[in-house]
Amino acid sequence: MDSKIPRTVPIQSATFTQEVNAEIRRAAATGIYDIRGGGAKRRVPHFDDLLFLGASVSRYPLEGYRERCDTSVTLGTRFAKFPIELDIPITIAGMSFGALSGQAKEALGRGASAAGTSTTTGDGGMTPEERGHSTKLVYQYLPSRYGMSPNDLRKADAIEVVVGQGAKPGGGGMLLGQKISDRVADMRTLPKGIDQRSACRHPDWTGPDDLEIKLLELREITNWEVPIYVKVGGTRPYFDTALAVKAGADVVVLDGMQGGTAATQDVFIEHVGIPTLAVIRPAVRALQDLGVHREVQLIVSGGIRNGADVAKAMALGADAVAIGTAALIALGDNDPKWEAEYQKLGSTAGAYDDWHEGLDPAGITTQNPELAARLDPVDAGRRLRNYLKVMTLEAQTIARACGHNDLRNLEPEDLCALTVEAAAMAQVPLAGTEWYPGKPGTGY
Amino acid sequence: MLTYDLEADGLRGLNSSLQRQTIDTNQNNWEVVNPKGSHAIAVGLNAEIEVTVRGSTGYYCGGMNQQALIHVEGSVGPGVAENMMSGVIIVDGDASQYAGATGHGGLLVVKGNASSRCGISMKGIDIVVHGNIGHMSAFMAQAGNLVVCGDAGEALGDSLYEARLFVRGSVKSLGADCIEKGIRPEHTALLQDLLERAESDAKPADFKRYGSARQLYNFDVDRNMTY
Repeated sequence: MDSKIPRTVPIQSATFTQEVNAEIRRAAATGIYDIRGGGAKRRVPHFDDLLFLGASVSRYPLEGYRERCDTSVTLGTRFAKFPIELDIPITIAGMSFGALSGQAKEALGRGASAAGTSTTTGDGGMTPEERGHSTKLVYQYLPSRYGMSPNDLRKADAIEVVVGQGAKPGGGGMLLGQKISDRVADMRTLPKGIDQRSACRHPDWTGPDDLEIKLLELREITNWEVPIYVKVGGTRPYFDTALAVKAGADVVVLDGMQGGTAATQDVFIEHVGIPTLAVIRPAVRALQDLGVHREVQLIVSGGIRNGADVAKAMALGADAVAIGTAALIALGDNDPKWEAEYQKLGSTAGAYDDWHEGLDPAGITTQNPELAARLDPVDAGRRLRNYLKVMTLEAQTIARACGHNDLRNLEPEDLCALTVEAAAMAQVPLAGTEWYPGKPGTGY
Repeated sequence: MLTYDLEADGLRGLNSSLQRQTIDTNQNNWEVVNPKGSHAIAVGLNAEIEVTVRGSTGYYCGGMNQQALIHVEGSVGPGVAENMMSGVIIVDGDASQYAGATGHGGLLVVKGNASSRCGISMKGIDIVVHGNIGHMSAFMAQAGNLVVCGDAGEALGDSLYEARLFVRGSVKSLGADCIEKGIRPEHTALLQDLLERAESDAKPADFKRYGSARQLYNFDVDRNMTY
């Protein structure tokens, strides 16, 4: 071959990428789909595609560090005798003991309580440690009803009826046998070591009319004292929100596709559901159409990372947000200090998502006693508290810059979008314009 | 006996009155009149009291019951005795879908027929149905005993865990991973006890036992079409 003739440079396919090819080979070798934890990793329209406009001639800002910017929020004002009062509008999303170690659950409770907010149980029921370390605890009522007890229900500060979650709307749960320890098995009335499946829909109701009766039953059992949330995965936010309100929800929780899971098929996580950015405006419109915006509170979750995300979600109409993945990172998940061990597991810090295998070097997504002991719940709880405080300060900084003395006074008019897609989903103008796709009166 | 007129005095008053009863109560016997198919009757009880419902009920009668004996002199809507922890619920008539769903303990007796998904996801409850049960009953049932004196519908015990199923009549079909198993002496004794408590004159020797083949407990690619 004549070395002087220029060669065609090898081109990697944009469709059959190295990652895609590797997954095809893995599937061919094992015969099982890839299961992993976390939320969607693909790039989708996101809060990063929005910007705050800040104050200008037409608006004046509030003095940072001097003028008040309130952060408290009350959840469950519609029907509950005792709504939940939170100091900050950032809550901890539902994550189960079983998926997480006891130490991690304790740390979540400690951190949330120190920051003046709530934490949430998950599949598998409520542990005494979790109740003990959480000033405000939301009890998830899930299709599996693992560990479901009326006694625990009455210990909760709120009930969250889980219809779906953003990582897998329409899907059930999965906790592989490696994580079914003696205690987890006992709590869930299952044999130790089996793959625990959770049903995708509730065993004793289907549809919004049934849900209304189910909420009636839960209220009767808890003496109409605590708020009842209804959590849905981000799919059809306008109708889901409207139906949840019709069924009697005090609070609607909407979880976008970036929301995490303990373990689900990767194809489910990446290909079912819609981005968090896209769920908020339709949900708010449903609440407004029914005349209950702010009376029925809206919590948004799925990929919230910092105070800017919090402020953007609230500007679009949410009353509060919930975090899961970010809270785990604050505890120590995917910390580079465990890089050598991540490498041994075939991963790397920042990308480790085999939470279902129970081998988490950080001791968070595991039931292995030796690994779990690596996490000091007091230190980890302090880190979570610090992180929650920072997020709140960041959100306050933005709100003051926009001239607001309460985070809930943030509004869509404070925002613009960097992309046409984000403008369409958030229904705020493309930066430097007054236009967004679908804007009434524009004809397109 | 204390009489509560549900139509006149409302659901909230009934449940709060019943839920207030504690271990040392002397208000042990209640009757509920005019239930007229109302939902969530006698839910969340936690005392050794007896409640007789004079008529038929709607959804979730006796939901999450603990300790109480609830006797429905009629039929019940969906989800009777859902998530029951202990106590006894007796239904003189028929039961709609999801009877005894996710129940952790106690005894549910249906003297008529039960519809589909009877005992779905049961976690320790005992259920005795004098008549027939519908399709997909005992789906993902984890623990406890389901006794059917009549016939069972399609897909009995699909994705079953450790619950025991006893059927005297025919089974239209078994669900994934559910198989017929032999009756051992301990099962005969168990059946005898449950049938007596349920006031059934059926004979243990006439029943067949079904349980989990335990082939779906851990993923196996060669069985992936049954998941």
